[in-house]
Amino acid sequence: MDWTALGLSLRLGLVTVVLLLPLSFLLARWLAFGRFRGRGLVEALVALPLILPPTVVGFYLLVAFGRGSPVGAAFESLFGQPLVFSFEGLVLASLLVNLPFAVQPMQNALAAIPPNVRDAARCCGLSPLQAVRRVELPLALPGIATAAVLTFAHTLGEFGVVLMVGGSIPGETRTISIAIYDRVQAFDEPAAGSMALVLLVTAVIALGITNTLARRAAGRTGP
Amino acid sequence: MNRRRFVVGRVFASAVLLVAAASLAPQRAGAQQAQPVRSPAPLVAAASDLQFALDEIVARFERDTGIAPRVTYGSSGNFTRQIEQGAPFELFLSADEAYVDRLAERRLTRDRGTLYAVGRIVLFASHGSPLRPDAEMKHLAARLASGEAGRLAIANPEHAPYGRAAEQALRSLGLWNAVQPKLLLGESVAQAAQFASSGNADGGIFAYSLALAPALRDRGAFVLLPDSLHAPLRQRMVLLQGASPAAERLYDYLRSPAGRAILRQYGFVLPED
Repeated sequence: MDWTALGLSLRLGLVTVVLLLPLSFLLARWLAFGRFRGRGLVEALVALPLILPPTVVGFYLLVAFGRGSPVGAAFESLFGQPLVFSFEGLVLASLLVNLPFAVQPMQNALAAIPPNVRDAARCCGLSPLQAVRRVELPLALPGIATAAVLTFAHTLGEFGVVLMVGGSIPGETRTISIAIYDRVQAFDEPAAGSMALVLLVTAVIALGITNTLARRAAGRTGP
Repeated sequence: MNRRRFVVGRVFASAVLLVAAASLAPQRAGAQQAQPVRSPAPLVAAASDLQFALDEIVARFERDTGIAPRVTYGSSGNFTRQIEQGAPFELFLSADEAYVDRLAERRLTRDRGTLYAVGRIVLFASHGSPLRPDAEMKHLAARLASGEAGRLAIANPEHAPYGRAAEQALRSLGLWNAVQPKLLLGESVAQAAQFASSGNADGGIFAYSLALAPALRDRGAFVLLPDSLHAPLRQRMVLLQGASPAAERLYDYLRSPAGRAILRQYGFVLPED
């Protein structure tokens, strides 16, 4: 059991959730309530990581953030280390690939709020910010929780992108999924087995939570 | 309404907790980057034919010096690409000196490095495989001719030096065209060895140093292939720009009698200095 790798994966999952949820909530709200041209295009872009092969995402990240790119060069001159093959690089990759897992549940939850409830909030004199805090956030809560759980669980399991931009550096970019791959190649099946079990149990728990939340949300808005 | 407020409060509280946890996280990441100064943990990229030999050397080095290197195994070609893209490795043990030369030409290394070992390859057949390994691969040739042959695992010749040596050996014996549809390509020589020994393939051609490791020795039979069948696997290591003193010590240890003895034990031919 590679505890460093497990700790790294948990940290990556947590940082991703904390950074991604607020951004995704704003994006989800814009997509759920906004009426604008090109909404289909934005929704498609958000969903892209779901169907794009992880190696393609990883390749583009290497191209966009590698040493030869303007972004990569700027990061390196600012922080004295390259963005790829670092924890920060993994966070960035993780934010991008988890976008659909965070945005879609929240967008669905927000879209399910009856328009008359939001109208009522406005009539009662709530400011837009108060309406978000007292009406939208509580009603979208199951969606927000689902987004958090899915993002976290998916980050623990991400393999292809991490392999491409991570480089399997212990304590820095060797996540638990990569550690499993490494242990299998080192003929260390017991260690690979116990780590695989951790991910299996995490996935089952995550699905259990999201299903419960989805049922609860359906019960509330249903007839 | 009270219940709503309660829920919002709970969300707010958990958000605060998450943010607190996350604000700790970057500090811990920062502490890890600063680590080489306090307790040095040099980053090492090593060709995966070294998987078992280097683990043993590193364990002994750690006991003698208190320095705990962090080692990543993979194919030499992939490491070369990663180092060119800025991967923060300090010491690179390549299975093929051409990769070290390439990095040296791009001024990513301290110098041109040291030849630390010459590798050999074996033909391996797992227990229960119908393939009988012999140095001229006669049985393999017969099985290919009769259409009975199963899968043969080698490392990907595109970026793994041991895969290239396996390809050269198969070409030298005139088997390359016949064996192509049967090939199973591992990402690195260690994965090729894992494929070959798992019982899912007839066998494989991979590093002698892996076949000698306890984890593999008992899984099948193997024969050392004559080194006349392939170009020599001249393995060169090099310190990269920005290598720490701890990485320098490991580099020296690998060239010391203690390090060389372990390499010899894993079947490497050692260059005389």
